Amino acid sequence: MAKNDLIGGALWEQYSDKVSSRMDEPKFRGEITEEQAKALGAKLIVADWGAEACGDAVRLFWAVDPKTNTILDARFKSFGCGTAIASSDMIAEMCIGKTVDEAIAITNIDVEHALRDDPNSPAIPPQKMHCSVMAYDVIKKAASLYKGVDISTLEEEEIVCECARVSLRTIRDVIRINDLKTVEEITNFTKAGAFCKSCIRPGGHEKRKYYLVDILKDVRKEMEKEKMAEVSETKEFKSMTIVQRLKKIETVLEAEIKPILAQDGGSMEVVDIKEEEGNTIVYIHYLGACQGCPGATAGTLMAIQQFLNEKVDASILVEPV
Amino acid sequence: MQRVYLDNNATTIVDPLVKEAMDPFFTQIYGNPNSLHDFGTEPHPYMRLALDRMYKGLNAPDDADILITGCATESNNTVLKGVYYDIMHHGKRNQIITTPVEHPCVANTAKFLESLGAELKILPLNEDGIVDQEILRRFINPDKTALVSVMWANNETGMIFPVKELAEAAHENGALFHTDAVQAIGKIPVDVRDANVDFLSFSAHKFHGPKGIGGLFIRQGLRLTPLLHGGEQMGGKRAGTVNVPEMIGMGLAMEMAAQNLEYELTEVRRLRDKMEDALLKIDDTLVVGRRGLRTPNTILCSIKGVEGEAMLWDLNKNGIAASTGSACASESLVPNPTFVAIGINKDLAHTGIRISLSRFTTEQEIDYAIDVFRNSIERLRKISSSY
Repeated sequence: MAKNDLIGGALWEQYSDKVSSRMDEPKFRGEITEEQAKALGAKLIVADWGAEACGDAVRLFWAVDPKTNTILDARFKSFGCGTAIASSDMIAEMCIGKTVDEAIAITNIDVEHALRDDPNSPAIPPQKMHCSVMAYDVIKKAASLYKGVDISTLEEEEIVCECARVSLRTIRDVIRINDLKTVEEITNFTKAGAFCKSCIRPGGHEKRKYYLVDILKDVRKEMEKEKMAEVSETKEFKSMTIVQRLKKIETVLEAEIKPILAQDGGSMEVVDIKEEEGNTIVYIHYLGACQGCPGATAGTLMAIQQFLNEKVDASILVEPV
Repeated sequence: MQRVYLDNNATTIVDPLVKEAMDPFFTQIYGNPNSLHDFGTEPHPYMRLALDRMYKGLNAPDDADILITGCATESNNTVLKGVYYDIMHHGKRNQIITTPVEHPCVANTAKFLESLGAELKILPLNEDGIVDQEILRRFINPDKTALVSVMWANNETGMIFPVKELAEAAHENGALFHTDAVQAIGKIPVDVRDANVDFLSFSAHKFHGPKGIGGLFIRQGLRLTPLLHGGEQMGGKRAGTVNVPEMIGMGLAMEMAAQNLEYELTEVRRLRDKMEDALLKIDDTLVVGRRGLRTPNTILCSIKGVEGEAMLWDLNKNGIAASTGSACASESLVPNPTFVAIGINKDLAHTGIRISLSRFTTEQEIDYAIDVFRNSIERLRKISSSY
């Protein structure tokens, strides 16, 4: 990617021809009046989303047949960039002929796909994806007005990344199932955070309720705790195999000892484990700042041993090598 | 289709005479000026002439330095980081004072130094959108302030800052004064002796010179730890082989900027005012900053109901280049920081269009641009949900 990132400013070159032509000549620009709706025997819905102060605002007009709940006609107006205008235009087109419930199912990703020239090339550059999100939200707003319900009742899941429409549940699941450790991995698995990047961490394009960095941290913490509980729930330490013992000791070290050492820039690893005269001897090797630290053979060492004695088994002896 | 370039605050066309003057230094007089042989010394008289032109252009005394740098970004970094290393890093003067509307190469360098322990004070602006002497006096600290850095003219609004008065207030309080004069040279008189600044940065491509070369004036008697360490070029003050062809080009460009200053202040201003008047005749438009306080080539216009990038798109379709703000920021999608800093209504923060002319802009081009603006505003307002 680096080579492609060195010359910036190619934003518009990444728009598909469909985006460009709809920006130049939107087909569904305009309004539907009360009279026009009445002439169709339809109910007029006017939904607003966004605000000029945020840089994007859209107004969607629907003429809905009250008997069949079918959207007979749709128009839009938009304050926004080319992407916002083009996606609003596509939204209006996609709504026509659908029932209100069918229209709710349209996502910004469907709109972006419909704007592609060829199915494998994105219609807009990643940082512009958020402009299409508004088109999705305004449909929900229009549907809620038509049904006379609050817009939140139409939203089934907590969405973390609006651009890629990835829910909190999905993100938590992929972290667990695939043992993900970085935000980049989450993005690679789910596309969350790949577009406007607002949901990665605070300070982006817009404020979010959830951020990927926090979700990752929370889920990792939960996973560590569960792992600890799992190991300690199993059998008595003395009756474990040597591998089970090693695993148990490492889990405790990983969760409780290493974070403390890391605060001073140090770390450690287990190099071997042996059974001798009823004791389990754990041979450890210090890393980083712990190497050569006077405490490493005195206070720190005692603390590690005591900790393992309390948390795992009283028979453990720790030997630095 | 006609093409009209109205983005001269981003960069300018190289004057054909400047290009011609640079030409021999690629294939004929190409020696390294630090070599002892004739190839190396051949460019010296031309380099001396280029320096003469720059010293004259800025009215700099011979015992001051004008370092040739890679760009104004390098010049600005050299000043801020140099003052940090030399004074702030180990002294009790640990404060940089600057404004909220500096170019990113000053703003972000100052922020970086703040992360290293410097204290950063960002001044508020007055109702005209500039910092005046009274504001600086209110915030400057005679025991703490090491450096005051204020641009001579703003890239987005064209607003001119009272550099002479600000330098005076800085000096009275024992602080050094730096100005980023990138948007001032060639547009308004720039005189380092009269303004009494300690450091002044400039960039050739903003006044019809080539890209990739800039300069840094350092007052006589001052010395800065260099940004680039290396060889003994530029008297050991800026390492790296001198970009000879572009230095020659920058010298001539600077001389021509001075020669054309009168034209800029009268004819370019007339065309700018014509464009501005036409825009203001359209309903619900406004131009940021009083005309008398701006560089003669710049208009920052807000068009109600029309999003900046959409406007830019339409202008581009008609062959016209303008800007929504700083070109460096045009992909970032955040509201124009200058709009925010000068307290423009939030609704208008996404409607800014910057038009910047040069001495190469013709009346016919302005007439064409006025037509395109009228039509595009009409079209986009028809689409707009907020107009």
